[in-house]
Amino acid sequence: MSNIKQALQDRILVLDGAMGTMLQAYKFTEEDFRGERFKDYPIPLQGNNDLLSITQPEAIKAVHAKYFEAGADIVETNTFSGTTIAMADYQMEDLVYELNYESAKIAKEVAVEFTKKEPHKPRFVAGAMGPTNRTASMSPDVNDPGYRAVTFDELRIAYKQQAEALVDGGVDILLVETVFDTLNAKAALFAIEEVKEEKGIDIPVMLSGTITDASGRTLSGQTAEAFLISVSHIPLLSVGFNCALGANLLQPHLEAIAGKTDFAVSAHPNAGLPNAFGEYDETPEEMGAQIEAYLKKDLINIIGGCCGTTPDHIKVIADIASKYKPRPLVTLSVSH
Amino acid sequence: MKVKQTKYMRLSGLEPLILNENSNFINIGERTNVAGSRKFLRLIKEEKFDEALDIARHQVDGGAQIIDINMDDGLIDGKEAMVKFLNLIAAEPDICRVPIMIDSSKWEIIEAGLQVIQGKCVVNSISLKEGEEKFIWEAKQIKRYGAAVIVMAFDEVGQADNYERRIEIAERSYRVLVDKVGFPSEDIIFDLNVFPVATGMEEHRKNAIDFIEATRWVRQNLENASVSGGVSNVSFSFRGNNVVREAMHSVFLYYAIQAGMNMGIVNPTMLEVYDDIPKDLLEHVEDVILDRREDATERLLEFAETVKGTKVEKAADLSWRENPLQDRITHALVKGIDAFIVEDVEEARQEAERPLEVIEGHLMIGMNVVGDLFGDGKMFLPQVVKSARVMKKAVAYLNPFIEAEKSEEQQALGKILMATVKGDVHDIGKNIVSVVLGCNNYEIVDLGVMVPPEKIIEAAKKENVDAIGLSGLITPSLDEMVYLAKEMERENMDIPLLIGGATTSKAHTAVKIDIQYKNAVVHVNDASRAVTVVGDLLNKQTVNEYVAKLKKDYDEFRTKFLKRGKEKSYISIGEARARKFKIDWDAANIVKPKEMGVQMLKQLSLKELLPYIDWSPFFRSWDLHGKFPDILKDDVVGEQATQLYDDAQTMIREIVAKQLLKPKAVFGLFEANTINEDDISVKKKGQEIAIFRTLRQQLKKREGVPNHALADFVAPEDSGLTDYMGAFCVGIFGAQELADSYKAQDDDYSAIMAQAIADRFAEAFAEYLHKQVRTKHWGYAEGEDLTNEELIKETYKGIRPAPGYPACPDHLEKETIWELLEVEKIIGVILTESLAMWPAAAVSGYYFANPEAKYFGLGKITDDQVTDYAERKGITKEKARKWLHPNLAE
Repeated sequence: MSNIKQALQDRILVLDGAMGTMLQAYKFTEEDFRGERFKDYPIPLQGNNDLLSITQPEAIKAVHAKYFEAGADIVETNTFSGTTIAMADYQMEDLVYELNYESAKIAKEVAVEFTKKEPHKPRFVAGAMGPTNRTASMSPDVNDPGYRAVTFDELRIAYKQQAEALVDGGVDILLVETVFDTLNAKAALFAIEEVKEEKGIDIPVMLSGTITDASGRTLSGQTAEAFLISVSHIPLLSVGFNCALGANLLQPHLEAIAGKTDFAVSAHPNAGLPNAFGEYDETPEEMGAQIEAYLKKDLINIIGGCCGTTPDHIKVIADIASKYKPRPLVTLSVSH
Repeated sequence: MKVKQTKYMRLSGLEPLILNENSNFINIGERTNVAGSRKFLRLIKEEKFDEALDIARHQVDGGAQIIDINMDDGLIDGKEAMVKFLNLIAAEPDICRVPIMIDSSKWEIIEAGLQVIQGKCVVNSISLKEGEEKFIWEAKQIKRYGAAVIVMAFDEVGQADNYERRIEIAERSYRVLVDKVGFPSEDIIFDLNVFPVATGMEEHRKNAIDFIEATRWVRQNLENASVSGGVSNVSFSFRGNNVVREAMHSVFLYYAIQAGMNMGIVNPTMLEVYDDIPKDLLEHVEDVILDRREDATERLLEFAETVKGTKVEKAADLSWRENPLQDRITHALVKGIDAFIVEDVEEARQEAERPLEVIEGHLMIGMNVVGDLFGDGKMFLPQVVKSARVMKKAVAYLNPFIEAEKSEEQQALGKILMATVKGDVHDIGKNIVSVVLGCNNYEIVDLGVMVPPEKIIEAAKKENVDAIGLSGLITPSLDEMVYLAKEMERENMDIPLLIGGATTSKAHTAVKIDIQYKNAVVHVNDASRAVTVVGDLLNKQTVNEYVAKLKKDYDEFRTKFLKRGKEKSYISIGEARARKFKIDWDAANIVKPKEMGVQMLKQLSLKELLPYIDWSPFFRSWDLHGKFPDILKDDVVGEQATQLYDDAQTMIREIVAKQLLKPKAVFGLFEANTINEDDISVKKKGQEIAIFRTLRQQLKKREGVPNHALADFVAPEDSGLTDYMGAFCVGIFGAQELADSYKAQDDDYSAIMAQAIADRFAEAFAEYLHKQVRTKHWGYAEGEDLTNEELIKETYKGIRPAPGYPACPDHLEKETIWELLEVEKIIGVILTESLAMWPAAAVSGYYFANPEAKYFGLGKITDDQVTDYAERKGITKEKARKWLHPNLAE
């Protein structure tokens, strides 16, 4: 575990790109999603990407391998929706442990393979924990602002189950990502602390929020700095932002936190903003140029891609990242 | 005292709060505490959470940097109340921007609170009272939830009540937290127990000074820890003497803060400024707080008798309530006071034989006074609308009695149909005219907005109305009005047609509408004229004469107007292009936007928009003319303007506090080049994604004066330069719902006010966003520092013209903006068939950054440009003519 911390001191680590974008290319049908095991499942399963770790594991492995080949140091498990809360849409709550365990296992297998080939560049697996589809600090009902569709405890229990399975499956890091409601993230962190204590382990945790509004606030209304303060009670490996906006629009938010934390700083932006067809069309070179602007400003320790990014993007990003030193990791002084 | 710290406490609500050596004393709001505020306790018991939220909001507005919330009371379910209140607070950005302090002696309430707060809060409190094991367990949980903690100076033995016990417990607690729990030292706050002094008990004499000295010790010896306390306790024995209490609080704070107390619960209204305390009082109070004399308490008690404060309350002038009944009712109607109208009307009803007599008698007498004053120019529109509100309230009260009697309906003077035409959504003016006519005893059939012509005609026939009033604000509405006049002619109707609304004019009415319809067509653009015009039109004796006069007047006006129109001369579009406005592009400093692409802005507080409001148009919408703020002191309308302004402020406060309106915006910045002279090609990475068509002035001007088009402000493609432009749409949501809720209470005054305020917010939002774009998102004017007045005067660099307005009267270009920015999908502002925006309080337009870009009016254009424009845009010439016709030179 300590070697990821060492690696962070030495260089900018590269996270992988989008899983969903890569899977789209396979054009999996309903039958492909079901596989043999779920062929008689009562509800449609197409679109349940997390399930592919069980029904199409070779495809998932192939995507991980492509990202490692492109230069990624860390790949994310295919578990963005791997909680009982998010899986309720497919009535697959009982499958959550297996989904996460298998996803972790296959990612780890690919990572081990690459590390064996290139021992000077060890590869890591981050267990992806998405935001779920509910918000703990906002009401979905405009007429009843005090209502909540999910409680802290429900989230904590769901995240705990996911984290346990990911750890059992062999992930090196847990990544709580695309946080739009800080309270959801706090429930995830609480659950992770419980898992760490119960298993007697000290697994590194990455946390990544998302900002979609030009006011520079999260969906739940916090400024970037307030968000940072709200999640800094747990020793994190890194904190940062992902998704939502393209790389250049993310920069002011990274600047808002980079000088105010002694955790590493991460970013994995989308390939620009979606166009009118919902496609992300920023080329690797364009995205690379924007990311280079962060690196020049010493803002980043971990860099990767979110929606719309491909191994081509990650290759360009990895090449650029290799030319820059990481943001210095010193214990935050009281000078600011 | 400056204390060296290695780490700072960082708290957060929606915004950060950081306590460093340079931070001032942090003031914790304490009114949201059932133990400390009887009012708050009552509101929670009665489940009046809305009012309870107002208390929280009031504290934050008053400067509280943290709010303490306590629900510990035997008669309420503390856990449920805490969760409910915190969840409601989370929906109020103006409250939850500050960190919360969860205050309870029960762990289950604390934990329930920790589970619903997204920011980093403070737990108040834990202590060693029940032993180390429980203390450690709770501290560990708090750390895991991510909160700071207040530790009470309390242990298994009891509460610390002297200097030694305070530091003993503080040190022990600190060591357990830091060494055994790993609690961050900067997140520890000690409450060292503020106890009363001057109680007469010998052992209480050192209560204040021991607290102060213990504070000094904690701050010097327990690294990074903070000290807090509830200040009002210290003066407990002087309850009832606020002068002394206020002085005691400020003296206590003065010394405690010097010793290092850096946060605390203080009621800011119970605090005297230290330097303003009279010398003799100060000396007596300091003697007590610092325990400087044996007889300090006796001396202060004696002195206190001489300085008891007094409070005087000023009551409103209610002398008019002594007057006879009819005078009171008239007074209420003229002054628009609705507080007593129901009791007065009830009195009148009991005196009258039938309830209808109250309407026909008392109320009509009052309304006639209103009508006379208004007619004489001694009352103004806002007052009349308020009078109507009182009238409606009175009638609403009487209606059940009238129904019960089943008497015949009151005979109205006439029935008027009012409608905003198809495709248009603006109805403030129409509502005002409706109210004024209603006040003058006309029955109004209001069909609302976006009313198709068939529906207007059908309703007019069915309801057998005496006149039709049409309203519209955008130019396509003019065509709708012409169409309706034709239809009325075709249907052989014989009732008059009234035309009003911002875009209408006597010229258009005379030239285009009047000729379509044989009966009277009258342009009425202000509410006070509407009454006399309708009166004349419905007066059976004089109507024929009046209509004949009208027709003649419009005919003469038309002839004159058409003749005048011909005197202007125009140049061909080709010539106009040759005379375009030329910018030296080689020398131009083109700034690339910092943030390219489309962004949305939905989380802005209305508060941010307040400084950007331009008030002058607000008064215009109420027929009060003059510049703000001078209008408030105007000899004629000043008093009314001031009253209106005050009412607007009151409503704005409520709108802001309760978020009754919601601002949303979408904007985008793009690469752009002018092509084909008058078009702007909008690009993404060199690929064209949209084309804006602009129109060029064709009026013949003197030599050297250019013929402008907006395209002139963007570098042409053949310059080889990449230039940029932007587009935006802002909308204020919720105004209709708000206005409807007032209408449901028969309060048209507030309904119209709500719409007028929403319009102001929309304009303010456009102004605010333009500034954000100039200084931040595009960033070409980063150092700009303009006052609101300068903004209203448009002294900034770059422009934001809006389709439908003079520089680009072509509404069709809105469709291009909607596609480019996905306006409807992202913020939900829609375009009607006439290309009006819904909600009506919305602004959309372009951004041009070139310093030479300026606003201009297109004026009239000629047929050759229309042909050219239709070809460029790929639409039929007929369609082009339809949309451009207000600008066509005849």
